[in-house]
This record gives sequence, C-alpha cells and structure tokens, in this order.
Amino acid sequence: MALMTIAEALREGIREEMRRDPTVFCLGEDIGISGGFGGAFTVTLGLSDEFGHDRILDTPISEIGIAGVAIGAAMTGMRPIADVQYGDFLFCMMDQLANQAAKMTYMSGGTVKVPLVMRAPVGSTRRGSQHAQSLEAFFTHIPGLKVLAPSTAYDAKGLLKSAVRDENPVLIFEHKLLYGSKGGRSEKGALSPIGEVPDEDYTVPIGKGAIRRAGKDVTIVGKLMTVYRALEAAEILAAEGIEAEVIDPRTLVPLDKELILDSVRKTGRLVVVEEDNLTHGWGAEIAAIVAEEAFFYLDAPIKRVASLDTPPPFAPPMEAYYLPSIERIVTAVRAQF
Amino acid sequence: MASTKGQSACSRQELLAFYHDVLLIRRFEEQCNALFLQGKIPSTLHLYIGQEAVAVGVCAALRPDDYVLGTHRPHGHAIAKGVSSRSIMAELFGKVTGCCKAKGGSMHVGDMSVGMFPAIAIVGANAPIATGAALSAKMRGSGQVVVAFFGEGGSNEGAVHEAMNMAAIWQLPVLFVCENNLYGASTPVSQITAIQNVADRAAAYGMPGVIVDGNDVVAVRDAARQAVERARAGEGPTLIECKTYRFCGHSRSDACGYRTREEEAEWRDKDPVTRLKLALGGQADTSNDDDVARVEAEVEAILEDAIRFADESPEPAPEDALLHVFWEDK
Repeated sequence: MALMTIAEALREGIREEMRRDPTVFCLGEDIGISGGFGGAFTVTLGLSDEFGHDRILDTPISEIGIAGVAIGAAMTGMRPIADVQYGDFLFCMMDQLANQAAKMTYMSGGTVKVPLVMRAPVGSTRRGSQHAQSLEAFFTHIPGLKVLAPSTAYDAKGLLKSAVRDENPVLIFEHKLLYGSKGGRSEKGALSPIGEVPDEDYTVPIGKGAIRRAGKDVTIVGKLMTVYRALEAAEILAAEGIEAEVIDPRTLVPLDKELILDSVRKTGRLVVVEEDNLTHGWGAEIAAIVAEEAFFYLDAPIKRVASLDTPPPFAPPMEAYYLPSIERIVTAVRAQF
Repeated sequence: MASTKGQSACSRQELLAFYHDVLLIRRFEEQCNALFLQGKIPSTLHLYIGQEAVAVGVCAALRPDDYVLGTHRPHGHAIAKGVSSRSIMAELFGKVTGCCKAKGGSMHVGDMSVGMFPAIAIVGANAPIATGAALSAKMRGSGQVVVAFFGEGGSNEGAVHEAMNMAAIWQLPVLFVCENNLYGASTPVSQITAIQNVADRAAAYGMPGVIVDGNDVVAVRDAARQAVERARAGEGPTLIECKTYRFCGHSRSDACGYRTREEEAEWRDKDPVTRLKLALGGQADTSNDDDVARVEAEVEAILEDAIRFADESPEPAPEDALLHVFWEDK
C-alpha cells in the first residue's frame, strides 16, 4: 500500500498499463514536453522520461484532431488515452465523441470496436465560465459512451485500468480540486484527498458504486466533489440526529441503479447533489429512476441540490453562491423531515 | 482529355480490371436508383455516378490490408476496396446480411476485414480518424497506408485542417484524397473557396499537393501510387485533388436546378466508363469487343446475384435495435 493523491494514482495507473500493454499510449496537449507540466494537472508528469515522446505524444491544440486520432488508432489495434486539458474543450470535439466514437460499434453492426479512454478535468475553480463546467450530463446522455467519475485515489487508479482494458470508448471525468496537483499546478481551495492504493495490480469494476457513509435516515447521492460536500453535510446532520447514507456511483454509465434503489428503500428519502447546473441534469435522471422504481418507499419528495442555472461565474463570492454548498445540502435534507 | 492515358503504361489486362471495377460501381449505382424507385431501398441515396475512376484508381494503388475511410457517398469507395456487392446491397435493403447488419445503411457501409472503415457521413469527420489509423500503422510498424476521401465541400471543415496538420507533423502514411466534384450539395465551389485548387492548401501543411484528372482512372492510380510509395517510405502524407463531377444529384431528391445542362453535357463527354471502354478498343454504345463484353456480362451477373441475395435475406428483428450499443452487447 502507498498513500497517493488522485493525480499520482492516475499517473501510476497509466504507467502500469503502458508497461503491461505496448498498444497503450497517451496523447494530448502539453502532456509530455520536457520541462513542461505533465498535462494541466500533472497527471502525466514524468511519463515521457520512461516511455518517450512517441508514446506520450504531445499534440497541436486541435481537439477534433485529438479525438479523431484516438478513435482511428483505437479502431486499428491501439489503446489510446487522450488527455483533454479542460473538460470544457470536449465541446470542441463533440462530433468526434458523440457521432463517431459513440456510434461506431453500433452502426457497424458490432463489427468494430473503439477501445479509447478520454480523461477530462471538470469543476469550478476560479477560472470563469469556459474552464469550469461540470459536463457529465451531456455525455451520460449519449448511448455508446461509458462515463466514469472517480473521487478517490483507489478508484482513480482502479477505474482507469478498467477503462484502458474496456473495448468501448470510456470518458473519465476528474475533478480539479480532487487531483492533489502540486507545485505551480496546485489549486486554491483544493481538497486533494490522499488515499491508500495497493502496490499490486487491481481494477475497480465499471458499473459498481460505493457507499461512502452508511446511514438509515436519508440517502445522499453525489459524485466527484459533491461526494465530499455530502460527507461534510452528513456530519452536521448527524449532530442533529439524522443519519445520512452517502452514495458515490463512481460509474455514471453504466449506473449501479440497485445500490441507489436499495439505499432509498431503506431510508425513504433521497437528495441528489451535483456540480452540474440543475435543469435537465444528471440529478433529474437519478430522481426519475427512483421515482419510477421506488416511489412507494419514499417518505418525502426527492430533492436536488446543484449549481445554479447560470454559466460558472468568476468572482469568488459569486462562484461560492453558484456551487452546491454544504449548507444547501443540509437545508435540503432538513426539509425532508 | 478524350482518352485514358496516365503517366505510366497500362496493360490491357489492367485496363480490363479497371473497366470491371468502374463499371461495377456505375451499374451498382444505377441499379440502386431503380431499386429505390421500386421501394426496395428505404433510405435516400448519394450516388457515386461520374466519380468512379477516383475510388477505383486510388484503391488500385493499395494493398488489401490498407485502410480506406469513405464519406456519405461511400458505395464506390466500398466496392473499390473490395467489400462484396452482396453485403453492400443487403445493407441498403436493410437486411441482416448487410455489411453492418442493417445498423448502418447507405451512408455507413464498410467492412474492416477488407480495410474499409464503416463510412463516416459527417462531412470531413473521417479525416482525423484516418490520421489516427495512420498513427496506429506507424506505431505498430505494420506498413499500412490509410486513405481519407472527402469532397471539396469537406475540405472546408476544421476537422480536415486539424487532420492534415497532425499527419504532416508526424509524417504519417495517409493520403487525403479530395474528390472535387464542383458542388457541395447545391453550392458551387467558387462560392465557398477563394482558391482554384484545393491541392494548393497542401503547401500550408508542408505536404505535397497533386492535381489529377479524376475521370482518368490510370492518372488517378499513378498519382495514388506515388503518394503510397512516399507514405510507406515514411515520408508522410499527400493531398491529391481529383477534379471530377457527379452526374446525378446530391441525393435522390435533387433535380440539379443549380447547374446548367451544358455543363453536365461537357462532363458527360469525359465519362470515366466510356473513356475506359474506348481505350479498350470498344465503342461507346455497343459491346463489340469480346473482352469488354465478357466484363460487362460478369458485372451484370454480380449485380443480379447481389440483388437476389439482398431481396431474399431476412429483415432484422425490431429488438435487434438493442444490440451493439456497446461491444459486449452481442
């Protein structure tokens, strides 16, 4: 066992997969330049020293190209891991992801596969509107993509390895305030959770969620950063005699529905917390699943806590107001009793 | 441009092989048109009639394991790369025996077992994927070459620009083949591009740009062969612009009101099928040459078989729609 940040865990996961399988390679902007950053959040730092610049491949600022190249390589025997510098840039490559990667297996009648991994940082971190969005809902709506959202170092490494070994396009969302990036790439206000990561090879299965805190009174479902906000809210609620169960799906597509439904059947209450904005969002989908499949177990209306329906604002007071705070989670839970 | 004469000498056998492939595409597309009118093909069609020499000439320069990425007008690319007429026709009919098990339809025909990617119907989107396949070929040391076909309309997509730049900086084995048929759907090239030749853009990426008579199969083959040799030698990509013309509308519903009958007649005089037939010593309207007649009979037999196969094949079960969303959904 070693203690690692999420950035370190991802880096070790990539390193082990590249050592294990010569068809695995990384591509992206600023990921391997000598004297550079190792990607915007240091995940690939130092990997070009071991694997060289052919397998840690620096690209032009060409997001359509990065996605298209990853798809073409994946369809012809390679296993690319593409680094998206900021998740917001996924919009630049939307056609390649939504029309090409996601549909290729389907529209070929299952005759071709696209085993690519795309890693994208999300989360609002004082960068204004275009480097701050949480985009999970866009991509969980596209049939043909698997979507992961690891919130611990153990899961980050284990899910990355599962993603590399998967035969489908897999999008991994990573939160900027959870990486634990160091030096000049460290983030103000970061949580940077450090966790135990096994030394031996292991994977975390795609499609299995985790219970982060057991409780009997209310189920709180969060992902990425909001798992930690929910855990803090749970401590405040515990002091009031409300025991919250906090669930981290870890995988958004495919979703571990049963884990959420079982919890709600036990607690009778559901609050969904996400950093995406509220309307037509991922939280709405979770709420709909529970309303359809566990309605008669509910003792109170489902509540959603999300970012506001605005673009991410810049100034810190506005940004804090926009984000789903611990206080808003606590208020939403209290309203259910 | 009255005769077919590339830069290299071409044996009669080669010309007959070209005639076979060019005619197969022509007759396949003519049959598709008729089958559409009979209600056998449920989708619209983007027919390749007039441009056959491009696909046949380029694919003649390729190895079986090389890759081709087609467009929304892909039947010609698929036939030229060796996808069976049966499996393409069955796909167009929406039958389970189609090359994409009826999941793709006309705009997505392909068969990776013969190097034909499922065709990509978003204009220009196949170019970066071709660059990726070429990167893969280089990394695996396979010696494979990749071809991306696109039109002069596609050449204005950002995806094509990104793809060419990346292929050039990494010296990848890829041919960017622009089929300049003068119209992007209804819009004339002069209205959407300020330069005369798409190939002139190659200089901006640091790769050779070649202009070729796209209705001359031997000239196309020769240009492609040079580019393929460069690519396999590790010298990087080439942009080949084939000047050509589609004889029919953009899609089934297009009556070509945006171009003149005179212009169409001028290009009909450069018909790639007729040119090959004349070069073989035949006459434009009869099969007075034994070899030519034999090839024509072969082509008709292939198509008759393909249509019967497609017609007799079963339709998919509606719930087959649930299969293949993910690789493991078999």
